[in-house]
Amino acid sequence: MTLSRTPSPASGPGRRGVVRGALGIGAAALAAPVLTACGGGPSADPKTVTFGSNGADATPKSAYAAVTSAFTKESGLTVKTNTVDHDTFQKSISTYLQGTPDDVFTWFAGYRMQYFAKKGLAHPVDDVWEKIGAGFSDAAKQLSRGLDGKYYFVPLYNYPWAVFYRKSLFQERGYEEPRTWSEFTALAKRMKKDGLSPIASGYGGGDSWSILGAFDYLNLRANGYDFHMSLMRGEVAWTDPRTVRTLDLWRELSPYYQQGAGGRSWQDAAQSLLDKKSGMAVIGLFLGQQITDEKLREDIDFFAFPEIDPSFGQDTVEAPTDGFMLSRRPKNLDAANRLLEFLGSAKAENLYMGVDPSNVAVNSQADTGSYNALQKKSAELIAEAKHITQFGDRDSDPGFISTVVLPGLTQWLGHPDDGSALLKTIESQRSRFFTA
Amino acid sequence: MSSVRPAPPSPASSAPPRARPRPRRLGPGDRVFLAVLIGIPLIALLVFVWLPALASVGLSFTSWDGIALSDIHWTGLGNYQEIFTNYPPFWPAVRHNVVWLLFTALLPTPFGIFLAYQLDRKIRFTRIYQTAIFLPMVLSLAVVGFIWEIIYNPDNGLLNGVLNGVAPGHHIDWLGDPDLNLWAVLVASAWRHTGYIMILYLAGLKGFDPALKEAAALDGANGRQTFLRVVFPALKPVNIIILVVTVMESLRAFDIVYVLGGGVGSKPGMELLSLLITDNIIGESSHIGYGSALAVVLLLVSLAAIGTFLFQNFRKEDQ
Repeated sequence: MTLSRTPSPASGPGRRGVVRGALGIGAAALAAPVLTACGGGPSADPKTVTFGSNGADATPKSAYAAVTSAFTKESGLTVKTNTVDHDTFQKSISTYLQGTPDDVFTWFAGYRMQYFAKKGLAHPVDDVWEKIGAGFSDAAKQLSRGLDGKYYFVPLYNYPWAVFYRKSLFQERGYEEPRTWSEFTALAKRMKKDGLSPIASGYGGGDSWSILGAFDYLNLRANGYDFHMSLMRGEVAWTDPRTVRTLDLWRELSPYYQQGAGGRSWQDAAQSLLDKKSGMAVIGLFLGQQITDEKLREDIDFFAFPEIDPSFGQDTVEAPTDGFMLSRRPKNLDAANRLLEFLGSAKAENLYMGVDPSNVAVNSQADTGSYNALQKKSAELIAEAKHITQFGDRDSDPGFISTVVLPGLTQWLGHPDDGSALLKTIESQRSRFFTA
Repeated sequence: MSSVRPAPPSPASSAPPRARPRPRRLGPGDRVFLAVLIGIPLIALLVFVWLPALASVGLSFTSWDGIALSDIHWTGLGNYQEIFTNYPPFWPAVRHNVVWLLFTALLPTPFGIFLAYQLDRKIRFTRIYQTAIFLPMVLSLAVVGFIWEIIYNPDNGLLNGVLNGVAPGHHIDWLGDPDLNLWAVLVASAWRHTGYIMILYLAGLKGFDPALKEAAALDGANGRQTFLRVVFPALKPVNIIILVVTVMESLRAFDIVYVLGGGVGSKPGMELLSLLITDNIIGESSHIGYGSALAVVLLLVSLAAIGTFLFQNFRKEDQ
């Protein structure tokens, strides 16, 4: 017990003063958040509308800036943009919407929009749709309505998921775009023999969502749109034999996946496709954001995910749609409606696509003349689709997908078996997410 | 060795009781001062610690999506029953927490003590070594995560680069393979923890009375004996701190797993109780009640571990 145990001697006259001072600082520190909370609220300036954006990357950020400054020029209203990192925005969305959200905010179509509409955290935008409705297809309108039939969403752009490849690689090796499942697997087998990783894959770290593209397409092609959507909405059991079949098909494909995928980012996987180390990639058009050399962009092409069951063909395209919503109590409703109206116009979409060419405008009146080849082909693919799905984590409860389905699927993909244990695990959690 | 075993009675414990009785009356100014002095921290403690903790316990018996207060439904012990019987990641998470505790207690902690003991022996450049070993603890966690991501990257990471040089064709998915990733993260965690323990123990050793060591040397004890029989028992207060720190760090292990897991919650093979809590609470469709029940489980485990230990120690000391 030699460690200093003796009480320290009193430090003399100044002690109380020091304590008092420290106390004052402590009290001030405690009071500070309260005070700022009282004084810091934004005032409802009739000339200002606030806009919460998740486009924190350089390209979308400058694209949104171009759109909002054009709106300011046209209407004389100022837009105060509040940009938050994409993942943080999603994670804190419930708290954000319950606190003091911005008037207009970026969000996703489908189940995730409907969830907040149902919870009363969003304001309907039917007035806006009366003015912009003419520019949108029925599929786009369908995507923008809540479960109560009202509009809650104004779409801006979407992008298709497909199987991407490099044209020059296919030419060099004499590969051909497969149309059916057997052609697809045969091509993958051939690529493997040629020393390539047939299917680029990276679902490490925070990128496990990227495997859902393959899952969705396999399920859509094998079991059709209706079954897929019921499965996503938690209306059918995951142990259904049709889901088992989807996993069987996936298992057939898994030997052709790039090795070490569980620790790789999707960007690195995409890079291996660009470097011709991988032959194909099931990915979205956002792959284009990885490309810095315009020549390389011209060498990229894609084909629709191959047909599995001829009765469903290739009728569905997975095309996640991003757009805007109105918060439940906008401080400046008129200005917010005018901003949404502008955002839904062909003009705003042209401005946005002008800066960010890795998406396709949803408004059918938008100018497609400046599209690059990939965008044109994407727009055609989406326009021809009979059904449009959003994406696994947008068509379903995102918590269910991220905490149950994705951990299960990634683990299974490491050692694919018949999947019965996996499906039983997923099924055991389904009721927890889909009863409320 | 009998001459060294009984430690000399410390001056503090044998100090005579104070002769002068304390003044009993406090002036009104003193009373206000004391009330403020105690009151403010007490309110802060109640509002920021106890209220949330008790609210969590309360919410753990309900189901709530975290949006409208009217949506809180009482479910009794339903959440707990679900967790123990029908929550696939729960038992793996418990197992991983135990592995984490055992690993940390058996490898980095003793190693940190070992390093501290070596560095205390006035070797050359000891400051540089100290700084180097403590550096991981100084770095922000984002940086630590980034460093280890680079090391473990499957394509162009350091480890696989070295492995490929030695034995080409091997491709190890350090962070992706569910059988491997926990150990990969534990190595990263040990890298930080060692420095932490080293600095704590070094501080203890600096205050160690060299006379005891000299006495041991005179009695013919070798280095190992001196450490195990003299230094280590004499540094009991520091040992307790280190043990408590190790247990707590293991139970609340979160940050480094979260960062290396990509910041999206628990990943297969790396589930921990703390991550399961955030899985259920943070995000778009949160299950506040369910997450709170998990938090209560973790709270009870932590209280049990730390409480037992401290209780036993203080009882021994009172005797």
